[in-house]
Amino acid sequence: MPEWFTQFPSEISINIKDVIDQAIQYMLVNWNAFFDGLTVILRALLNAIGSVVNNVPWWLLILIVFLLTLKSTHRIIPAVLYSVLLVFVGAMGLWTLMNLTITTVITSVIISLIIGLPIGILISFNKRLDAFVRPILDTMQTMPSFVYLIPAVMLLGLGNVPAVIATTIYAVPPVVRLTSHGIRQVNTEVVEAAKAFGSTHLQTLFKVQIPQALPTIMTGINQTLMMAISMVVTCSMIGATGLGSEVITGINRLESGRGVSAGIAIVIVAIIMDRLTQGLYKKKEDKK
Amino acid sequence: MTDDKDIILRVENLSKLFGANKSAARELLKKNIGKDEIFKQTGVTVAVDDISFEVERGKIYVLIGLSGSGKSTVVRCLNMLNHPTSGRIIFEGQDIENYSKKELLSFRRQKISMVFQSFGLMSHRDVLGNVAYGLEVRGIKKEAREKRAMEMISMVGLDGWEKEKIDSLSGGMRQRVGIARALANDPDVLLMDEPFSALDPLVRNDMQFELLSIQKKLNKTIIFITHDINEAFKLGNMISIMKDGQIIQTDTPEEMSSHPVDDYVEKFINSADKTQIFCVKHVMQTPTCLIHSRDGVTFALKQMRDRGVSSAYVVGEQMELVGILTLDNALKVREKVLTLQEAIISELPTTTRETQISDLIPIAAAAQFPIAVVDDQNHLEGIVTKAAVLTSFL
Repeated sequence: MPEWFTQFPSEISINIKDVIDQAIQYMLVNWNAFFDGLTVILRALLNAIGSVVNNVPWWLLILIVFLLTLKSTHRIIPAVLYSVLLVFVGAMGLWTLMNLTITTVITSVIISLIIGLPIGILISFNKRLDAFVRPILDTMQTMPSFVYLIPAVMLLGLGNVPAVIATTIYAVPPVVRLTSHGIRQVNTEVVEAAKAFGSTHLQTLFKVQIPQALPTIMTGINQTLMMAISMVVTCSMIGATGLGSEVITGINRLESGRGVSAGIAIVIVAIIMDRLTQGLYKKKEDKK
Repeated sequence: MTDDKDIILRVENLSKLFGANKSAARELLKKNIGKDEIFKQTGVTVAVDDISFEVERGKIYVLIGLSGSGKSTVVRCLNMLNHPTSGRIIFEGQDIENYSKKELLSFRRQKISMVFQSFGLMSHRDVLGNVAYGLEVRGIKKEAREKRAMEMISMVGLDGWEKEKIDSLSGGMRQRVGIARALANDPDVLLMDEPFSALDPLVRNDMQFELLSIQKKLNKTIIFITHDINEAFKLGNMISIMKDGQIIQTDTPEEMSSHPVDDYVEKFINSADKTQIFCVKHVMQTPTCLIHSRDGVTFALKQMRDRGVSSAYVVGEQMELVGILTLDNALKVREKVLTLQEAIISELPTTTRETQISDLIPIAAAAQFPIAVVDDQNHLEGIVTKAAVLTSFL
């Protein structure tokens, strides 16, 4: 049996690694100004949000969570539970790190929404654009999250800024998908009615399609938020500070307690953020 | 405008094809090839094929046809929700296809509005918000548009419901909202795409009646789509029957029923007499108060008092009809003037589910009690009230 039959022939080879390396190298050299600008903007945004988050006193944050939960669920038990869980995070000495994580998450989610909502709206109207964007979204969602770290690090270095970029790329697909899906599934007669009464395209979009699609869009935002939280932990590998970096330190130094307690804090943050955003959206549903 | 008639809308040789390869399809159409064959060869659906009609101002024009006959497509061409493939639509002397974007918007905002089969209401807005929608996109100030919307809401009989969410309304009420919304713009022409098809027969009757009275009051031109010949005859001043995208006859209801042009039209018209609304089963109700023959008179009295009725049907173990017990007789039984057996009136007019209501009218007119609906084994299936029979023809 010839060798090419059992082994993949080495003669057939495409060197894609070099191409990618060269591309990144090229971008580094030629798009330097762009990345610098991006870094400056993102850092400013991070600082702005960070200063808000850090200046909220611990008791006020707990009070806000308590009241919001009470308002959205009308039940006292979850409100008390979430407050106690937050106290627990503080008691573990992780309050400052939690604030850092929240800052990165909120920044990433805001950018995801700024990018994702318009794209979702656009592809819901344009079939061709949809056919183009959809496979990209599929790729983004199946790509292991670590892969996003590579270009982010290469182009923007270490720290919170590349973390925000990587998190945004990872977290943006659900909001795009569900925005587009939500707008598409609005009852055709309702859209026809809007047009029949002489709405312009923008009026139809903002007065009918988006409000009708809102529950679905909110689900997308909630999923984006959840993905952002999970990615923030991964991003601590490229120097993002926060609860994730505490987990990494725990692993590196074989300090299980340190890693696990930070892990617990992440879960608590995730649960509270999830329930609060879901509460908002469920309330919208109920009102219907 | 022709002759002495005031024609508000004229459709000339309107065709609408759906699909990519329209020119090839049109060639085939010229050669008189069937629509199924055209679809097989080109993938083009011929929804509307060269139809013409005119609508007189202030009249109700009805387009009737089975589903798939193209009637909904026609009505959507009239306000350009569908763009005609060929042909002209002349509104007050102007071809609406030549309208600029701005003119089309103002045409839709002020001249023509539409009522939809499944209502097309916006669930994120309350009744008031829905009715005011057309005025809102026109840029009318909140106060003025809400005042106008409230007038419309009260005209369709929904006073006090303006702050309700759409989901909390019944089908009939939702369509009232749809009609109020369409009228709020004070349009010249009202397009109604099977507006009452999703409603149950009794509510449909009410709505048809109400539509007629609104039309009398406001004198709007209405273009009404339906698949129900009874509805067409009841509402229409002029009726066109559509089949496979073509109009096969346009006439007044009287002319059409006396001179149908072909078998298809005749069959359609004949189906009228046998259809639903004229049968007992469509107006019968479940009796509010039922007494079993084993029940005592005290129980019977309590039942009647609880339901607020003055008589109750008495049935046996198998729901077989025994008779009717009136409140007076029940009281006499309690005072031992009569026995229970004597008190029950068993000589009663009865009817069956399939009986036509027209046959029931003389009985209903003379009846003192609701008429019992029984099956062939004399089992009680429901009752028909005098009022239901006599009003079903309104």
